[in-house]
Amino acid sequence: MTVARFWRRIPQRYNLVGTKCNTCGDVFFPPRAFCPHCRRGGDLQEIQLSGKGKVLTFSVVHSASDQYSDQKPYVLAIIELEEGARMTTHIVCEPDEVYIGMPVRSVFRVLDEDGTDGVIHYGTKFVPDE
Amino acid sequence: MVGIITYGAYIPRYRIKVEEIARVWGANAAEISGGLGVFEKAVPDYDENTATFAVEAARAALARRAVDVSEIRAVYVGSESHPYAVKPTAVTVGEAIGATPVMTAADYEFACKAGTAAIQTSMGLVASGMMKYSVAIGADTAQGAPGDALEYTAAAGGAAYVIGNDDPIAEINDTCSFTSDTPDFWRREGEDYPRHGGRFSGEPGYFKHVESAAAMMMERRGTRPSDYDYAVFHQPNAKFPQKAAKTLGFTPEQIKTGLLAPRLGNTYSGAVPLGLAAVLDVAKPGDRIFVTSYGSGAGSDAFDITVTEAILDKIDRSKAPSVESMLAKKKYLDYAVYARHKGKIKV
Ligand SMILES: [Zn+2]
Repeated sequence: MTVARFWRRIPQRYNLVGTKCNTCGDVFFPPRAFCPHCRRGGDLQEIQLSGKGKVLTFSVVHSASDQYSDQKPYVLAIIELEEGARMTTHIVCEPDEVYIGMPVRSVFRVLDEDGTDGVIHYGTKFVPDE
Repeated sequence: MVGIITYGAYIPRYRIKVEEIARVWGANAAEISGGLGVFEKAVPDYDENTATFAVEAARAALARRAVDVSEIRAVYVGSESHPYAVKPTAVTVGEAIGATPVMTAADYEFACKAGTAAIQTSMGLVASGMMKYSVAIGADTAQGAPGDALEYTAAAGGAAYVIGNDDPIAEINDTCSFTSDTPDFWRREGEDYPRHGGRFSGEPGYFKHVESAAAMMMERRGTRPSDYDYAVFHQPNAKFPQKAAKTLGFTPEQIKTGLLAPRLGNTYSGAVPLGLAAVLDVAKPGDRIFVTSYGSGAGSDAFDITVTEAILDKIDRSKAPSVESMLAKKKYLDYAVYARHKGKIKV
């Protein structure tokens, strides 16, 4: 990812800012500028998501790209936030801890880094909410 | 009066036992643990560093009390393990707590006392009326070279303090410092691990500075050790703070709550901020807390603090994890996995 592209996404990556359609009530993360259901009737507004949610489905990644190879095996999941938005994310836990329906909460972590001399990309991951 | 508006702490989940490190290096574990008074230390996850600790601690502070983040006009992060050599950790914290862009920010370095230096700066900014709130953080993921004595204690964690003067949960009655040029511990630019003066670091370093700053504080305030309910001293191991406390006249009971080193190790800039957080987790209105940090190189910052009624009704301490709960929630690593976590294996 280029430095400029990451920089533009800092607000949503650090703080889980999504959008909500005031017409139908749907919540989107990453944020959308356009509601796919209401189309021209949509009325989108920024919303700060709570970071609480639950695991809908997951997989344990044993074979990872170079960037994440030092973290394998790791858990990749689709979660549903309590506001209704769904997202794909890392769950920071042991592979044998995760289960469908597991409550999770957001944490601030390093997502990846551009080598040892490049930019460090921070953002949101999730951990079991005990 | 200027004081602590709210506070938050962060300790990562992983631990390694001193015994396990000693096993790898063929050292005598009982002798090392006995000498240091440290039995295990906190280790960061692969994707954690000083910036993530600082953000988590600051967010924990804000979870406990609804502070208007637009009134936070400064963020200072003290650490000796900032993720970048050039590019501040404090801006990442400012952005992650929503305090940017109308704020100033800077990173501090002063070995293990950079966090208390950040608290002092924040006190000055608030007391002078320049701003309503300033955030001071001490956090580290300390580095010890493999096999070096420091490896047994170099740990990870941090704590954050919002400093202000409207309804503080604890008033900071006074602060003073004792500083000199003493080469007891250092790391040159570009080097991965610090070096230290070995036995030299104790007497002219830690003990001289901690005891001088502490004695100066009690003289300024006209107090004696028995006037305080709790005392927190910098804890590079468990033995140094116990010895300094004894010399100064504090009892083991007074330092017990804030002495985390046996189960946490030395979190460097995070050490005194975390010890104070452990005290605030259980403190009652009227409790008086004595604090003295130490940073090699060398200097000590002393604080005289009184807990107020606001700790009962202005913050909800249960909204963020206590230091004790984070110390209890742990997962042990063996040395091989620990080395991967710390990135010690250079491929
Ligand atoms: Zn809609």
